[in-house]
Amino acid sequence: MKSRLNNPVLAKEVKLRFRSSKSFTGVLFYLLAMCIFVFGFIYTTTSLAGTAYFKPSESVILFTFLTFIQLGLVLFITPGLTAGTISGERERQTLPMLLTTSQSSFQIVTGKLLSSVLFLLLLIIAGLPVYSMVFLFGGISPVLFVKSLFFLFVTLLAIGSLGVLFSTLIRRTTVSMIVTYGSMLFFTAVIPFLFLIIIQVKQFGTMGMTPSKTYVGHFLASINPEIFFASLLAPELGMSVQEMTQVTFPLWIGYLLFYGVITIGSIWIATKRLRVNMKKHK
Amino acid sequence: MIEISKLTKKYGQFKALDELTLSLKEGTVFGFVGANGAGKSTTFLILATLLQPTSGSVTINGVDVTKKPEEIRKLIGYMPDFFGIYDQLKAHEYLDFYGASYGIPVEKRNQLITELLELVNLTDKRNAYVDSLSRGMKQRLCLARSLIHDPKVLILDEPASGLDPRARVEMRDILRSLKSLGKTILISSHILPELAEMCDEIGVIDNGKLIAHGSVSEIQAKLLGDKTITTRISGDSGSAVAFFEESPFVSAISHDIHEGVLSFTFKGDDEQQFHLLKEAVLSGIHIVSFTENSVDLEDVFMEITKGVELIEKQTK
Repeated sequence: MKSRLNNPVLAKEVKLRFRSSKSFTGVLFYLLAMCIFVFGFIYTTTSLAGTAYFKPSESVILFTFLTFIQLGLVLFITPGLTAGTISGERERQTLPMLLTTSQSSFQIVTGKLLSSVLFLLLLIIAGLPVYSMVFLFGGISPVLFVKSLFFLFVTLLAIGSLGVLFSTLIRRTTVSMIVTYGSMLFFTAVIPFLFLIIIQVKQFGTMGMTPSKTYVGHFLASINPEIFFASLLAPELGMSVQEMTQVTFPLWIGYLLFYGVITIGSIWIATKRLRVNMKKHK
Repeated sequence: MIEISKLTKKYGQFKALDELTLSLKEGTVFGFVGANGAGKSTTFLILATLLQPTSGSVTINGVDVTKKPEEIRKLIGYMPDFFGIYDQLKAHEYLDFYGASYGIPVEKRNQLITELLELVNLTDKRNAYVDSLSRGMKQRLCLARSLIHDPKVLILDEPASGLDPRARVEMRDILRSLKSLGKTILISSHILPELAEMCDEIGVIDNGKLIAHGSVSEIQAKLLGDKTITTRISGDSGSAVAFFEESPFVSAISHDIHEGVLSFTFKGDDEQQFHLLKEAVLSGIHIVSFTENSVDLEDVFMEITKGVELIEKQTK
């Protein structure tokens, strides 16, 4: 059991990552970006209101913005960290030796993925003191805070798995990175655009009557990180999505299922494709 | 130990390996020689479970490479021709990572690392970053890596390429030590003399085909045929010429009277050669030296591959 949990690739990757000053610089800039935003927001709000205190209703807005900033950073950083994990080993000519060891393909793939995920988790955890400043002013439920962190983790795991998959399938890191960023942009920019088109078409066709159910629209809304996180932080937004699509299925289940399938599917395919299938011998 | 039968690898219409058949016993040091692109690395990649063959079979210690690659990986230690190293790891950390990758317990790993660093003469570089090592040192460290799980078979693809003469000698000494440990070693090179000194058997590959296989002397004898022997005579060389002309194994005698040098072609084995020399001395010929002309192994290699090229041109 102990040997199953022991992952040499993960241990090596963590060691290499934290031996490089780039990782610490990354954490520094991440925290700086968050601090600038939080203190800038508090300063601007208090000076505009002409008061020396910060209202609980404003802390909700701050929390929402902070969550979206973290989501944005996770979506932006994850492809960069994962899309070169396997192809990078190939380019550095270290992959053949790694593949001739007794480690299973699953161990190698998950080791690579988890090392990137752990770094992202470190970013999120390092940002927690800044993030939790909103509790000083009240108005935020700890459950909502935990929920947002959990779904942030689900998102980074899914995008990270896609990065590792493309890194396994595509030989060159540059191409793998472009494809991973492209997928991320598809989920964050193309899907909401498609959702809006579908809703517009449905509403246009009903001529003011109650629109019919649109499962595709509901599906698109539940797999888009922005719409989902907005509905998580402001439940009334989730209700309006349900009104528009006429589907009452909870968005979070759709989100969890979709990104869960993406994660499992990507890891499975990457594991299958990492090594040459010698057994396919004709 | 290693059985390769009709191994073929095709890339479209191009045959990188063409029905290669080879059998090696346990403990053999086998040198695989051939020009660049002849098929050496392709064969090694298949043996190392990194490339799927188109047809044919390969077994190592009775285990089929295509059926049980996981088991093969435990049996082999592979060193590719071009390889990268994790520069930010220290030499002992590098070996420790691979030790862990083979599931070796921590306590055993530490002991193994010390032993292996000693074997490859890198004990003093234990805590040095891999990045700071010379190319020769990196090659040796990579060799130590391939030995970490005590494999029965070592597959070394051009282990001495790009090394300076001193590093080559060091590498050769290490391989000799490994040979004494009873490992079956497969080494490839495009330089035949480099392999001749340390290999029990040599296989010459050209255009994916094994065109010669045997010991170095067998290959030389097979391809170059008769030996040329040169003797230096003091005194009456005429009687020496008469003596050698009588021998049924001697032909094509050339004689330099002024220098007292006599050369001839000898068709016989080592025992017959010994008797010829003995009888010559006993018959009173003043032989100062009796030398079998050394054969340039590069010439042998060129001769072999040229022969194949000619046959191929003729068949086309």
